[in-house]
Amino acid sequence: MAVTNIIRAIGRRVVDAVWRIGVVARFFFLTLIYSGSCFRRFHLIIKELFSTGVMSLIIIVVAGLFVGMVLGLQGYETLKRYGSESALGVMVALSLVREMGPVVAALLFASRAGSAMTAEIGLMKATEQISAMEMMAVNPIARIVAPRFWAGVISMPFLAAMFSAVGIFGGYLVGVVQIGVDEGSFWSQMQAAVDFREDIMNGIIKSLVFGTVVTLIALFEGFDAPPTAEGVSGATTRTVVTSSLAILMLDFVLTAIMFRGA
Amino acid sequence: MSLNSLVEIRDLNFTYDKRPVLQGINMTFPKGKLVAIMGLSGCGKTTLLRHIGGALKPTKGYVKMDGQVMHELDQDGLYAMRRKMGMLFQFGALFTDMSVYDNVAFQMREHTELPEEIIHDLVIMKLHAVGLRGAQHMMPSELSGGMARRVALARTVALDPMLIMYDEPFAGLDPISLTVIGDLIRRLNDALGATSIIVTHDIQESLKIVDYVYFMANGVIVAEGTPDELRASDKDFVRQFVHGEMDGPVPFHYPGVDYRQDLNLRA
Amino acid sequence: MERTTLDLWVGMFVVAGMAALVMLAMKVGNLGTYNVSESYQVHAYFSNIGGLKPKASIRSAGVLVGRVTSISLDTDKYEAHVVMNLDSRYQFPRDTFANILTSGLLGEQYIGLMPGGDEEMLKNGEQLKQTQSAMVLEDLIGKFMYSKAAEPAK
Repeated sequence: MAVTNIIRAIGRRVVDAVWRIGVVARFFFLTLIYSGSCFRRFHLIIKELFSTGVMSLIIIVVAGLFVGMVLGLQGYETLKRYGSESALGVMVALSLVREMGPVVAALLFASRAGSAMTAEIGLMKATEQISAMEMMAVNPIARIVAPRFWAGVISMPFLAAMFSAVGIFGGYLVGVVQIGVDEGSFWSQMQAAVDFREDIMNGIIKSLVFGTVVTLIALFEGFDAPPTAEGVSGATTRTVVTSSLAILMLDFVLTAIMFRGA
Repeated sequence: MSLNSLVEIRDLNFTYDKRPVLQGINMTFPKGKLVAIMGLSGCGKTTLLRHIGGALKPTKGYVKMDGQVMHELDQDGLYAMRRKMGMLFQFGALFTDMSVYDNVAFQMREHTELPEEIIHDLVIMKLHAVGLRGAQHMMPSELSGGMARRVALARTVALDPMLIMYDEPFAGLDPISLTVIGDLIRRLNDALGATSIIVTHDIQESLKIVDYVYFMANGVIVAEGTPDELRASDKDFVRQFVHGEMDGPVPFHYPGVDYRQDLNLRA
Repeated sequence: MERTTLDLWVGMFVVAGMAALVMLAMKVGNLGTYNVSESYQVHAYFSNIGGLKPKASIRSAGVLVGRVTSISLDTDKYEAHVVMNLDSRYQFPRDTFANILTSGLLGEQYIGLMPGGDEEMLKNGEQLKQTQSAMVLEDLIGKFMYSKAAEPAK
């Protein structure tokens, strides 16, 4: 008896998960279908770019600087053992452009902008703003979800690029200015080793994927949240947890696809 | 079906999770009239309103608005129909990320191609009608409950709807705001030549302003009539409701096991 | 917030993002160094390429002049066929010598070009005739052992 119960519980979990994925996919599909109007009225996206992109700037820049400085310090300590301190620039740049930039920026984006998005939409639902919009014959997916979605997708690569750029500057500060690694070899080795298509473009593609996934999760959780205070706070937590896990798992998959062939 | 009724509800049944919420509702809302639907919390009033707005599909029966059955409309037809309706939500449901002005202008910008100057004049006129022209630059979070309700009212009538629905318009208001809102509802209805449906449990305020009342309890209509008829009614339920008596057909005690048994007393 | 200040902030955000991307491409990546100029293609056969990889650099007198585009095995000769892209600013004589070299003792491998004395210059699609294979460490050690063994014992 107990065995059948366990199997039944597993079955229900799987069915629920598949069902939920289907609902998210349908939500994504609807968002794409109703995206037309927000591109015709671009100021809707601009308004959301402010609250997702501009408002995340400070945390991205500060975090990027410190991550770059730590990379510079740790990288120097490790490379020194093999007498190849001149490769510090390569190490800092490659770690940032390929991995840290897209991943850490997306994690920060999920907790800064994603959670805010979920909470905002959840509250709109709890205070009947979404029902009100529907009663005014305005499609909430077109008016609320689509502009936020595109703002998230657009701002993520910019944020990741800024994170990497500031991070490399941080590595430069620690490595060249403070420790005294040769400035010429820092930059020239970096330029020789970092390939635009292979490394930078792949980093941008990664951040685009992360931006899409994080924004979609945040919007869906907000839209799906029970219209109560607990419902909204639970959905906000779920946004951060789910999107962080999704970022890390997708990062592995994307890295395996992108960098294995080379 | 009479020519001068805007909304007709015939034999409306709605079942949610096998629990009957509405049973055999028949209602008529004549053009130009203010009709109240009253009842206790949880009696199905809001569900009924959502049926009129086309947000729910009835299990049986239909809601007909302006000659068309709501639940048979497709998405475009439904949205076209909703443009003729306005709905005031319980706590106003103002868009918190927009100013008062933008809230009122919202539908005009979404649904019309009007130039911004004309929208400006229309918004000012609507805000003037509710007495809040001076608050146009404020954000919803800066408004008091009564002001928010009035802004929401201005937004509801922004496109001069044929049908205005009010979901608990009096909930949580102080006595002065209450009178102001009640008065506004009546005046706006007559000025716009619209038809209004008020869902409420605030009996005293609504009896002052409405033309006709339906009483609901447990998903059925238990009484109907003009305010004068209801005040004079000798039905137990109506009397308890109108006069706010504590015990009556609606018991004070929620059904439970015997009191003495619950206290573990032996008889 | 006023529409114009909003636009200003978002504009600044986009410009900063673009600037970061351009900086990554030009200063950090190699887009600034070689992809921009025109190039021509030459190819060569090596009997052993060691650890040479596509995109490895091609240098002449230490200056980066191009990159390896593809490496394949020619099954007629059983030799490695290497195609390379050279910057058209740099022209080389037809008898240029291609050498697979290593940067540092265990570093990356690259192709070094040593110009010959021919009057005619290499054209697009032509072959570098004279090549020298990579030095493979095991072969070197093997040769060294062999010559040691051949020495008469004292």
